[in-house]
Amino acid sequence: MKFQYILIIVLWTSIGFARNPSGDEILRQVDAKMTARTKIIVSEMIVHGRRGSRTIKSKSWVQGVEKSFTEYLSPAREKGTKMLKLGKQLWMYSPQADRIIRIAGHMLRQSLMGSDLSYEDMMEDPHLNHIYAAKVIGQENVADRPCWILQLTATTSTAAYHTRKIWVDKQRLIILREYRFAKSGKLLKTTDVLTVAKMDGRWYPEKVVFKDQLRKGKGTEFIVESIKFNSSIPAYLFSKAALRK
Amino acid sequence: MIRFLWKGLIRDRSRSLFPMLIVVAGAFLTVLLYCWIGGVQNDMIWSSAAFQTGHVKIMTRAYAQQMDQLPNDLALMGVDTLMQTLQKDDPRMVWLPRIRFGGLLDIPDKNKETKSQAPVIGLGVRLLDPKSPEREILNLKSALVRGRLPHQAGEILMSEMLANQLKINLGQQATLISSTMFGSMTMANFTVVGMIRFGIAAMDRGAIIADIQDVQTALDMKNATSEIVGFFPDHIYKDEMALDEQAAFNAKYSKENNEFSPQMIALSQQNGLGEILDMSKTASTFMITIFVFVMSLVLWNTGLMGSIRRYGEMGVRLAMGEYKGHVYRSLLFESLMIGFVGAIAGTILGLAASYYLQIHGVNFGGLMKNSTLMISEVMRARVTTTSYFIGFLPGFFAPLLGTSISGIGIYKRQTSQLFKELEV
Repeated sequence: MKFQYILIIVLWTSIGFARNPSGDEILRQVDAKMTARTKIIVSEMIVHGRRGSRTIKSKSWVQGVEKSFTEYLSPAREKGTKMLKLGKQLWMYSPQADRIIRIAGHMLRQSLMGSDLSYEDMMEDPHLNHIYAAKVIGQENVADRPCWILQLTATTSTAAYHTRKIWVDKQRLIILREYRFAKSGKLLKTTDVLTVAKMDGRWYPEKVVFKDQLRKGKGTEFIVESIKFNSSIPAYLFSKAALRK
Repeated sequence: MIRFLWKGLIRDRSRSLFPMLIVVAGAFLTVLLYCWIGGVQNDMIWSSAAFQTGHVKIMTRAYAQQMDQLPNDLALMGVDTLMQTLQKDDPRMVWLPRIRFGGLLDIPDKNKETKSQAPVIGLGVRLLDPKSPEREILNLKSALVRGRLPHQAGEILMSEMLANQLKINLGQQATLISSTMFGSMTMANFTVVGMIRFGIAAMDRGAIIADIQDVQTALDMKNATSEIVGFFPDHIYKDEMALDEQAAFNAKYSKENNEFSPQMIALSQQNGLGEILDMSKTASTFMITIFVFVMSLVLWNTGLMGSIRRYGEMGVRLAMGEYKGHVYRSLLFESLMIGFVGAIAGTILGLAASYYLQIHGVNFGGLMKNSTLMISEVMRARVTTTSYFIGFLPGFFAPLLGTSISGIGIYKRQTSQLFKELEV
């Protein structure tokens, strides 16, 4: 009899969760989908400025959430520029000046290669549940896909955005739309996932448009050309010495 | 008679010295005040024009709206063509392309790691072009404290205060970290060849000056510039002419529906300078008018009092048979001589003091430590043609006027009153 009660409670809880999982639980699953032990990504960034567009191609090696190394492949002026992120530190190497500069302080708020993203965005912990408390505030279709709408509120003062509103694909657990707000409630940035593709066995955002609402440009398209999950990456790549190679 | 009066002036000090000293002081103060106010006003205009606004400035319409933020992504493009057009349209003006930029200056150690770093405001100008008047306009030779002016590409000048802060010496390398006109972060190496001090707090806090071609390369601004500044050939700002220039250019080239079309803005339309200029012009005219008027009254009164005090003397002279007209004319001559000598002496002293202040100036640096205005810390007087007669005219004519009015009393003298005065 006692066992039957426990079984009923467990089943009831599970059914209840399947219907309405908590915001934090959804966020944990989203984080799990987006992160991997390692990622090797070749991507293109098309920056639509006020005077036209330009395309920047790069290759990134990412290990967990702490380490990443990016090399810019084109255009000619950016070719050979490299960036290294180790924990909370970010370095940039310029082949023209042959200098490695640590990007810190207010420089982190500057635009990344003229795009609608900042270095701060790049430095952010991809595990959103580490820095935000989530609450489901509704449901809505985005690009014909049913989504949960989550309200995220920062739990740490170091978060770049105080609140976020995200639309999470219920089935694939991928963020399809995102609004980022300042503490004042002002909308700072928006993200729209235009296409999602199965890459290396996972559903992953393929084409994303970022828009800095404080800039007059037409946004930045981020296109993932290829991605490999959990490949081995040589350890030396995550060192300052690798920046000059 | 002149010789007689002249001797009287020298020998009878109680009669002539005091009025003359008043005239000297009046003329001196009038000249000095006029030169000082004019000089400060001129310094203000020229400092702003030379370093920031030009007499007119051309930017894109979009850049003009946010020019305080130095938005080089909105810079003018096709500069070569635009410069040719400007030279053709108005060859009298001096046209100069300039790039303003912000960034960080990073000083490397021997391992090329950051030793020190500071935010800088940069100015890219035609430094290496031998025909360019930039060195003269920015007064670089006088501003140079150490080192030399750049001779070749990759060399920069740096404010001495910044150099001390960064602990950098001449010949050392500095890396500029800034944004290209497309928004990418950029780094460029320069060699520091000279330290400068302009005496303008906003520039001396953290400015670097480089050749415009180096800056164009560093900021990916090929054939682009933040602004083109225009100067009148005599370097003197004329608001009406500048506004005419502005209206003609904008009517021809500036398109409201194209935010990247060029727009010309006169000095008085930039940074609230027009209001400041109008205010200081009105204030200085008001002050000088009041001052000249008050001094004229004082000098007139001196003449008046001098003549009235001497009624007894006039009485005796009339009693001795001197004609009234002769006495009156002698008084006028006397006043003319006092006015002339006093006004000349006062003007000479005023001009001497003004010339001294024109060369050496007065340093207000202590009051302007945090100033962001392009105003020189050392303010100077300015001697102009007007300075030579602004004090002389009231100094010369006011005592004469005073005497001529008070001297009329001579004609009203009655014999009875004359005897009464003689008894006293």
